[in-house]
Amino acid sequence: MNKQSKLARDGAVWGLIMVAPTIIGLLVLNIWPFIETIYMSFSKSKAFGTFEFCGLKNYVEMFQSPEFWKATWNSVYFCILTVPVGVFLALLVAVLLNAKLRGRTAFRAIFFLPMVVAPAAVAMVWKWLFNTEYGIINSLLGQNIRWLTNPNIVLAACAIVAIWSSIGYDAVLLLSGIQNISPSLYEAAGLDGASKVTQFFHITLPMVSPTLFVVLIMRLMASLKVYDLIYMMVEQSNPALPSAQSLMYLFYRESFVAGNKGYASAIVIWTVLLIGIVTAVQFMGQKKWVNYEV
Amino acid sequence: MNTTMKSQKTLTTALTYVALILGSITMIFPFVWMLLTSFKTQAESMAIPPQILPSQWNFDNFVMALESLPFVNLYVNTGLLIFFRVLCAVVFSSMAGYAFAKLEFPFKKALFGIVLIQMMLPSQIFIIPQYLMLARAGLTNSIFALVFPGLVSAFGTFFLRQAYLGIPNEISEAAYLDGCTKWQTFYKVMLPLTGASMAALAIFTAVFAYSDLMWPLICNIDLKMMTLSAGLSTLNGQYTTNFPVLMAGSLLAMIPMVILYLIFQKQFIQGIAMTGGK
Repeated sequence: MNKQSKLARDGAVWGLIMVAPTIIGLLVLNIWPFIETIYMSFSKSKAFGTFEFCGLKNYVEMFQSPEFWKATWNSVYFCILTVPVGVFLALLVAVLLNAKLRGRTAFRAIFFLPMVVAPAAVAMVWKWLFNTEYGIINSLLGQNIRWLTNPNIVLAACAIVAIWSSIGYDAVLLLSGIQNISPSLYEAAGLDGASKVTQFFHITLPMVSPTLFVVLIMRLMASLKVYDLIYMMVEQSNPALPSAQSLMYLFYRESFVAGNKGYASAIVIWTVLLIGIVTAVQFMGQKKWVNYEV
Repeated sequence: MNTTMKSQKTLTTALTYVALILGSITMIFPFVWMLLTSFKTQAESMAIPPQILPSQWNFDNFVMALESLPFVNLYVNTGLLIFFRVLCAVVFSSMAGYAFAKLEFPFKKALFGIVLIQMMLPSQIFIIPQYLMLARAGLTNSIFALVFPGLVSAFGTFFLRQAYLGIPNEISEAAYLDGCTKWQTFYKVMLPLTGASMAALAIFTAVFAYSDLMWPLICNIDLKMMTLSAGLSTLNGQYTTNFPVLMAGSLLAMIPMVILYLIFQKQFIQGIAMTGGK
């Protein structure tokens, strides 16, 4: 009995000591800043990093700003452009990589490559490929498309790069989901004479749906807060900036270029709400198509 | 029947190969074009119709890129950023992950709630206050500033907690009965059992620290204190039309990670597959 209680007390002391660095770190680095950001979104930044409460002024200003609504639409539109096509292609690649072929490790490594290249470098290459006068894409197409300066096309060009960058990562996640499917299911279906296509829709797709859901949510969240790629591809002097500027790009410019930290905080709060709403909708919709019976 | 099935199978295999090869070309081509461009003169890069190979393999563009950016500093800064982020993430998350999985202590649920809250919020929501904290303390433009938001890792804690949950309690109980203290049980017995998960977390942390752009751009404005990503973005503004130099600079920035990837390819992919979904 005595030993039991000593054990429990020991555990309590060590437990608290061992979580202390992480918890103190999270409180200082994340929880307090989170509260501060909320407060700042209701404040105006003054000189020397001080803030003065100003009520809903930032939010009123924000909701009346066409630039803000355009950035919100750009972020949503970027999601629409990237998520369905990107996740579909990743699933396709995952299925192809699941076939028993020679060289599949090499193929997998190639598709995954953009993941280990910094987005800054990726954007740089694609800017060159998309260059209007001398870019290889226009040369191959025999066209003169202004990929990065035409307001109607710029976000689609960025979306192509985003999809290209994320296919390998998503495919690796989906592939590990597919590889967990029991081979006996396919054997049984094969004996029944089911074609590969039938097998895909009746076995692979339902069995991989939980992984697919995770990838979808992750991709949605990442696309809604896209920043680095667009920042690198569409510089602040680009005339097409208003048509490409995402919420996080606007946030960066307001907070660290223009110095409106209060207003920028309101933008980031709005973005978090937007992500929350989209994720919640996805979670409600998942019952219709995600299969959790293994 | 048998021959049609066989020929159908060959056809499927052939189609799979064609699709994978086409896909691979799409993935590789930008890098090949980048490499070729980095050796061309500016005039060659602008030739119409495009000139595929440079007429001379000269390194002028690399010299120019090296002269315009302090690459040695960028490599060292990026290396230190990755080293400290990985070290902090693995050490602190192992400790916290073990405690949350295997020990009973007061406020355990509430404290774990803090971990979950951090994981659900995008990092941008913390960025302004984090920057202001550093600026007020006069700590911007330093390695510490680069590492700062990654001193602890909520995701790492969550991830390693999962790893410890997978280890049966009997192992730690046996070690404890053999006379190990709580700390020894953790350090000598349990920690070594999570090697694969720690490696996965290390790779995940390294890849994301290396790719990060917004935080390094904000916290270190001094060119000598920048990371490769941030440095590259300043090159972008410096040579708007000299693409051979831009390509040479990008190559210099991406090469260390690509070499590591080619060596540890399997570990990279497994690591990302394990940590996946973040």
